[in-house]
Amino acid sequence: MMGLLDDFLIRAALAGIGVALAAAPLGCFVVWRRMAYFGDATAHASILGVALALSFDISIFAGVLAMALAMATTVSALAGRGYAMDTLLGVLAHSSLAFGLVAVSFLSGVRIDLMAYLFGDILAVGRGDLAVIWGGALVVLALLWWRWSALLTATLNPDLAHAAGIDPRREQMVLTLALAVVVAVAIKVVGVLLIAAMLLIPAAAARPFARTPESMAVVAALLGMLAATGGLQLAFVFDTPAGPSIVCLAAVSFAVCSLGSALYRGRP
Amino acid sequence: MSLISLQDLSVRHGGNTVLSKVSLNIDPGEIVTVVGPNGSGKSTLLRSIIGAQRATAGAVRRAPGLRIGYVPQKLHIDPTLPLTVRRFLSLPQRVSDRRAAEALEQAGAGNLAARQMADLSGGQFQRVLLARALLCDPQLLILDEATQGLDQPGSAAFYQRIEKVRQDLGCAVLMVSHELHVVMAASDRVICLNGHVCCEGAPEHVASAPEYRALFGTGTQGALALYRHEHNHSHDHDGHDCAHDHHHEAAE
Repeated sequence: MMGLLDDFLIRAALAGIGVALAAAPLGCFVVWRRMAYFGDATAHASILGVALALSFDISIFAGVLAMALAMATTVSALAGRGYAMDTLLGVLAHSSLAFGLVAVSFLSGVRIDLMAYLFGDILAVGRGDLAVIWGGALVVLALLWWRWSALLTATLNPDLAHAAGIDPRREQMVLTLALAVVVAVAIKVVGVLLIAAMLLIPAAAARPFARTPESMAVVAALLGMLAATGGLQLAFVFDTPAGPSIVCLAAVSFAVCSLGSALYRGRP
Repeated sequence: MSLISLQDLSVRHGGNTVLSKVSLNIDPGEIVTVVGPNGSGKSTLLRSIIGAQRATAGAVRRAPGLRIGYVPQKLHIDPTLPLTVRRFLSLPQRVSDRRAAEALEQAGAGNLAARQMADLSGGQFQRVLLARALLCDPQLLILDEATQGLDQPGSAAFYQRIEKVRQDLGCAVLMVSHELHVVMAASDRVICLNGHVCCEGAPEHVASAPEYRALFGTGTQGALALYRHEHNHSHDHDGHDCAHDHHHEAAE
């Protein structure tokens, strides 16, 4: 096993699978609750976390996690205070990305690495990264497993949740926390600009095949893992950037699934 | 002992007082209906009782271990969320297939278990919501404008079913409606709400109370009689509904 992990392609594939596993069920909630922009804002803010982590010399994971959490709680707190949610998220997402990029430019010697944070650097995943990615993914999966019923009930209707003794705001916090962790572990794999894609696309592609929330999450996880491993292979064969290749394959699977189900339903 | 007891409950949203010093009790087995114009705080009252709305002043007391079945006013299920009726019934507590079938039968939704929630008609959807509320074997069933979007015969049938459920389970029922004529005839007690409790009592008493007439006009009392004597004639209902709307506008 240790010998296996020496191969950078194996490490990259495992990293991709780990991120896809955690992103898929969380992505389902992002789709059901219409939080796509929310995911974007959290992901974009993490570049600021990278800058902070580099300048204070702490781990990138910790910096990104803290920034993503701060962003997600800010958005939750500001929601419903006079601005439309999409405006608010648009402002926060792009300005935090801009501030992050400016902040990184102040740091000497980082400029060349910027692309790695924007688009991921999956082929450079080391054993330590792998441990962080899988640790984070397992934490997210455990959290979602534990709160699954409560999360679903709160997603359906906040009053229904209240009547069942569930606090919808606490469930929102659970999702916020899970999102921050996924962003922090996925930054190495697909980069801040494409994290939202790993959340949304497999979940959206899985929708036509699912009759229950659980089956949608499982199908999304399978599609995500397929995109991660297949995208890596494509990147290797055609010498394309790995993160974007993974997202391209996920997008193609979405198109195929949607078209396929439309044709199937259209059949007499 | 009362299932629910409100003492001088007040709720403010921003600068607006939505509820002011509302006191009421719900006793085991009774059907209580809350009526009132739009914006009179009916939904806020129910949300306070289920714990979704914080009180600004006063207190909501629930009997210890009280089991509440709640049927919300409307439930929008996002089309991206796949959900069968059977799966919906197991939220948040998992229930056995037998229990689920039993509740669906009681709610008159016996054959819907395998259907997708998004494909149900308005009436089917309401019956499924009722079935879900019955799963916890409630001591108190709370319905918030449960027949919105149903036609007249549909909502009359729904309320008849509620009365049947009350007979079978012996639970108390608290509901909000603006379909006065249908609801009042099925109630033991009516509470007329307009930010505060205007008047309350037996349906006949409330319908003739001056406070009630000030809010809804006098037409509804006649309709109550109409309903009681000729409730199979939907033609009369239609005629009445116009009268009611008219009075309602006049009241506002």
